[in-house]
Amino acid sequence: MAITDAPKIVTSRLDHADSHTLERYLATGGYDGLRKALTMTPEAVAAEVDAVSLLGRGGAGFPAGRKWSMLRKAPVTYLVINGDESEPATFKDHLLIERDPHQLLEGVLIAAYALQVTQVFIYIRGEFALGLERVQSALNDAYAHGAVGADIFGSGFSIDVVVHPGAGAYICGEETALLESLEGKRGFPRIKPPFFPAAIGLYGEPTVVNNVETMSSLPWIIVNGRDAFTALGEGRSTGTRLFALAGHVNKPGVFEVEMVKTTFADLINAPVLGGGVRHGRDLKAFIPGGVSAPWFGPDQIDLPLGQDEVADAGSMLGSGSVVVMDDHTCAVRASWRITKFFARESCGQCTPCREGSGWLLKIMERIESGRGREEDLDLLLDVCDNIAPGLTWPPQQTTICVLGPSIPSSIGSAIKMFRDEFLVHIKEGGCPYE
Amino acid sequence: MSTTTHLSADTMTRARELIALYPEPRSAMIPLCHLAQEQDGWLTPEAMADIADLLGTTAAEVLGTASFYDMLHTEPVGTHVVSVCTNIACLLNGALELLEHAEHSLGVNSGGTTSDGTITLEEAECLADCDRAPCVQVNHRFVGAQSAESFDRLVGELRSGARDAEIPQHGTLNRVRRTGGLGADGARIAAERLAMVEAISARAAAAKAAEAARLAQAAKAADEARTAEPAADVVHSDGDAKTAESPQSADHPDGTDG
Repeated sequence: MAITDAPKIVTSRLDHADSHTLERYLATGGYDGLRKALTMTPEAVAAEVDAVSLLGRGGAGFPAGRKWSMLRKAPVTYLVINGDESEPATFKDHLLIERDPHQLLEGVLIAAYALQVTQVFIYIRGEFALGLERVQSALNDAYAHGAVGADIFGSGFSIDVVVHPGAGAYICGEETALLESLEGKRGFPRIKPPFFPAAIGLYGEPTVVNNVETMSSLPWIIVNGRDAFTALGEGRSTGTRLFALAGHVNKPGVFEVEMVKTTFADLINAPVLGGGVRHGRDLKAFIPGGVSAPWFGPDQIDLPLGQDEVADAGSMLGSGSVVVMDDHTCAVRASWRITKFFARESCGQCTPCREGSGWLLKIMERIESGRGREEDLDLLLDVCDNIAPGLTWPPQQTTICVLGPSIPSSIGSAIKMFRDEFLVHIKEGGCPYE
Repeated sequence: MSTTTHLSADTMTRARELIALYPEPRSAMIPLCHLAQEQDGWLTPEAMADIADLLGTTAAEVLGTASFYDMLHTEPVGTHVVSVCTNIACLLNGALELLEHAEHSLGVNSGGTTSDGTITLEEAECLADCDRAPCVQVNHRFVGAQSAESFDRLVGELRSGARDAEIPQHGTLNRVRRTGGLGADGARIAAERLAMVEAISARAAAAKAAEAARLAQAAKAADEARTAEPAADVVHSDGDAKTAESPQSADHPDGTDG
């Protein structure tokens, strides 16, 4: 395993300070992908994306092409871009939104053409004030440039794009909650199956919801062709992918690496990537794909960064965020904070998630503050089991969306890997790391 | 119904422009709430009543929606809302200690506003700036990782107005107005899409007919080889008369689904 010299598909422009401007974008091949796509039939453009089986870069890893093909039979559709990046420790879309908004727009326009939708909404997390300004500026410039609006580049294809701000709710990153929010309602996820957004989406119409990184990959794929993309990575995990590395590393940041060929060890330790665990300390554990994912220990560091490889090892690549914890980290405190997050962000529709997260938080607080009881460990797992029966991976679901079943991941991992630490908290009446 | 509104004439104009962007007015709910916060600094009951009128709904619906979202404040907040993230990546980088310092330094608990009305302190969930941890935002603009010392400096600059150009007062989210847009009218897009859909279905129908003809041909050949009975060339049309199937393919009624 190694760091390959794979091309930068979505981060090629980021060395330039003015990467967000139309001038820089045009000087670096900007809108060539859209121009090329407009000379092809919509089906041919869609087929190109199908062929690369681009696994969605949102968190679920659902193939973008398959999402699209679910729509082929239904003519009137909306395209909605999910830029509500809020999975803790995930900050890759933030980068793409702020630093290369034209690339996002070009991908969006290519998708809009392939799918022949009637309108596009780019839903951007409300907390990204600068990102909202950057994308709106880029959109204004793109309209003036003739890349969006009526009769794009003289092709006869017209589309309007609207930038829509969120207002602060983790759950709106869930695609059906996002659609509710875009309809001007509380962000309550919708029940699915049977009707996914591809059948009943925005305003009840067939709708495709795709992630920012997925969209940002499209200009490169159209310009360079599917073969260039599928030559990268392995198996179902083709191409490159952005990984957001945070926590106890020397060089936290967003890195674009070839899928499967690169390992977690490369990402965390390579001098050109994470640069190793901070202060020369040892690795205690890491979270491989957002806080909804079960944790890995040092013995799993050589796993490749591939969707199926990580799933087979009992976790998920999820949103592409990797959190490194060194050997001075309190596992109880880390999982307590993650539990607090879920308790705060549960939308409140389903009892197991709403009540379960609250009880788990109370028990975790009791243990972390030194007032815990030994039987609390079984109690925690019992409450977890009520949210996700059997505590399997992937989890069983008792709720409308996957937020609920994501809650047990950190508690289950912490108890399984660091049971002794919980017992020290309980027996010694406090956190040994304080 | 009152003819005067709490929202200013300019805010009302911008609100109507936003509503026009969406197929259904209610979609403009969150953008309008942000707009009202830009005018007043928070979401006042009077503004919610105006928003309800603009969207054809009730003030209760506006409040019911707004109360779901962390960024929409239905009670007054300071001119600067300072958000300190304490989620996992920031926790590992001393965020709880920073928040504790901020509470002491400002003399308020998380969620509170200083007595001079300038600073509201918030404990935030992940703000997606994790490589600059502990992450802090002021009025939803990133100000980079903060130490206790730099935090106090930041607060001083906010109070003196030194950061006003970079960080507008709370409520102003997006300073860039939409200038392009709706350059393509709906009728034109609808006509284009209709033509495209017709072209796609024509291509699909042609492919289906070709496949049906191929199947009928193959069936005919097979039948001719097996028996002299002349039934194989009986072809009947389906409902929309675009395709033909041989009786032998009846167990796969939609040849395109294979």
